[in-house]
Amino acid sequence: MALQITESCVNCWACVDVCPNEAIYQDTPHFLIDDGKCTECLGDHGVPQCAAICPIEMAIVDELGAFLNPPGSLTGIPIEKLKQFGLWKDAA
Amino acid sequence: MELPVISNSAPAAEGGGCASSGCGTAPDALGHLPDHIRAKVQDHPCYSEEAHHYFARMHVAVAPACNIQCNYCNRKYDCSNESRPGVVSEVLTPKQAINKVLAVAAEIPQMTVLGIAGPGDPLANPGRTFETFEELSARAPDIKLCVSTNGLNLPMYVDRIAQHNIDHVTITINCVDPEVGAKIYPWIFWENKRIFGVEGARILIEQQQKGLQMLTDRGILVKVNSVLIPGVNDEHLKEVSKIVKAKGAFLHNVMPLIAEAEHGTYYGIMEQPEPTPEQLQDLQDACAGDMAMMRHCRQCRADAVGLLGEDRGDEFTMDKIDVMEVDYEAAMVRRKVVHDEIIEKLDAKRGIVKPKAEELGIPADARPVLMAVAGKNGVVAEHFGHAKEFLIYEASPAGVRFMSHRKTELYCGGMDACGDGDVAEAGSTESLLDRNIRVLEGCEVVLCSKVGYEPWAKLEAAGIAPNGEHAMEPIEEAVMAVYKEIAATGKLSPSAEALKVA
Repeated sequence: MALQITESCVNCWACVDVCPNEAIYQDTPHFLIDDGKCTECLGDHGVPQCAAICPIEMAIVDELGAFLNPPGSLTGIPIEKLKQFGLWKDAA
Repeated sequence: MELPVISNSAPAAEGGGCASSGCGTAPDALGHLPDHIRAKVQDHPCYSEEAHHYFARMHVAVAPACNIQCNYCNRKYDCSNESRPGVVSEVLTPKQAINKVLAVAAEIPQMTVLGIAGPGDPLANPGRTFETFEELSARAPDIKLCVSTNGLNLPMYVDRIAQHNIDHVTITINCVDPEVGAKIYPWIFWENKRIFGVEGARILIEQQQKGLQMLTDRGILVKVNSVLIPGVNDEHLKEVSKIVKAKGAFLHNVMPLIAEAEHGTYYGIMEQPEPTPEQLQDLQDACAGDMAMMRHCRQCRADAVGLLGEDRGDEFTMDKIDVMEVDYEAAMVRRKVVHDEIIEKLDAKRGIVKPKAEELGIPADARPVLMAVAGKNGVVAEHFGHAKEFLIYEASPAGVRFMSHRKTELYCGGMDACGDGDVAEAGSTESLLDRNIRVLEGCEVVLCSKVGYEPWAKLEAAGIAPNGEHAMEPIEEAVMAVYKEIAATGKLSPSAEALKVA
């Protein structure tokens, strides 16, 4: 089990600094998670740290492609507004 | 062509007008500060209104990570065409940042201040931030170091801040009430969890206040930045101002919210109104009774380089810096000469005794007048059509004080014509001029080095007197001279104002 980073990532380094497994590395066009190292923070923290600090919705997904921070969950911007501004997706 | 509306028949006596708000009676003056504090800020453009005309600053973008979300911020910060906090073109490693600072300091000796301000929160990037500070304090001891923070991690890093001789810290404090905070901060990252709403805001406020107290207890200078968000924290900021002053912050900088839908921020998308220049000024005035207010902030980018209001970042991109050879020892000698010259000039100005209003023939009950100035380096320097911003000054019997700056959009592309003949290029040209004139609302005079026929006529029609008679004169002397001329016409008496309002 491992999380993944999507193209929504803005390369802000926040997740790198909080990952307990040093599983996140710099790459282009965006950071990536080493699925051999990622434990989804089980045993270390109650919630995956990358997803808990990531400021960008839709940037972190689980193995099934589900967003850990779905559109609107972090900013509080209503879904209709996100759709209007082209900021909404239902899956990665 | 010269089309003066207000003549310059009697120039101000030498030394007439205050050299800057730093020596006057204005409420935002730094003159009341103890000497040891004034010595710390006299060459700091972000702390001293006087200094910002002469000294430059730079920010290095080594701190991309953040630990809170603000409703006026969008973390997709990679943009080169905007100038606002949190925006940068390239994030630098500490090593790149150090090379950039040394290159800029050698090239721009007036650059006295290096700040780390983002694009995230510097204290959410402690490794990158303190590595940069540590190396710079060793290699470039003549550069002042400062840091801006949202305050969440401040208490845990106060000792390191003190250890690296960072003696200027800016904390952004938008509220002291968690209920207000919940409308500004949707979440924070704290103790390994994302905490939403009022609880998150409560923790943030607690840490900010604790950090502020710890810094002032150690004698570190603290400036507090607040973003004025109409309908959210406007009234509340008066209380914020009182509280941060009581805790020892020495300067309060209330900045207007920037909220455009195209920035993709919560406030932008949700159409939260930005404050008008009048709302901002009223609030700054209301807070001014409680502490020194900063009014010259330009809300610069997290990678800005140069004097406030200008950005020379394009001259110092990493590809250009990589091929520059910097002998910093030699540069430091040149820098000291330049710094000493400027300080000497400022000291000389400070010693000049300002004539009282009545000595200039201005009645004690004269009403204040707002004037817009196309200025640079402390003098009336720019053509009306070339000004990227206007500095707004208030003249009153108490003296001249700087109020704010207002941004314009360039409409004049010609180097000489300045509005004469080169305005017909496109239909949009005219509306830009109209828009710039609207920006000057509330001002009765605009001072510039030159003004063309077309803007002159439109300015007059808008009730703003264009004045090109004080080109290259020190701004505050020019403003006082014009105020004196208006006073001589009798237009400043309280009855005249009553007539005007009616």
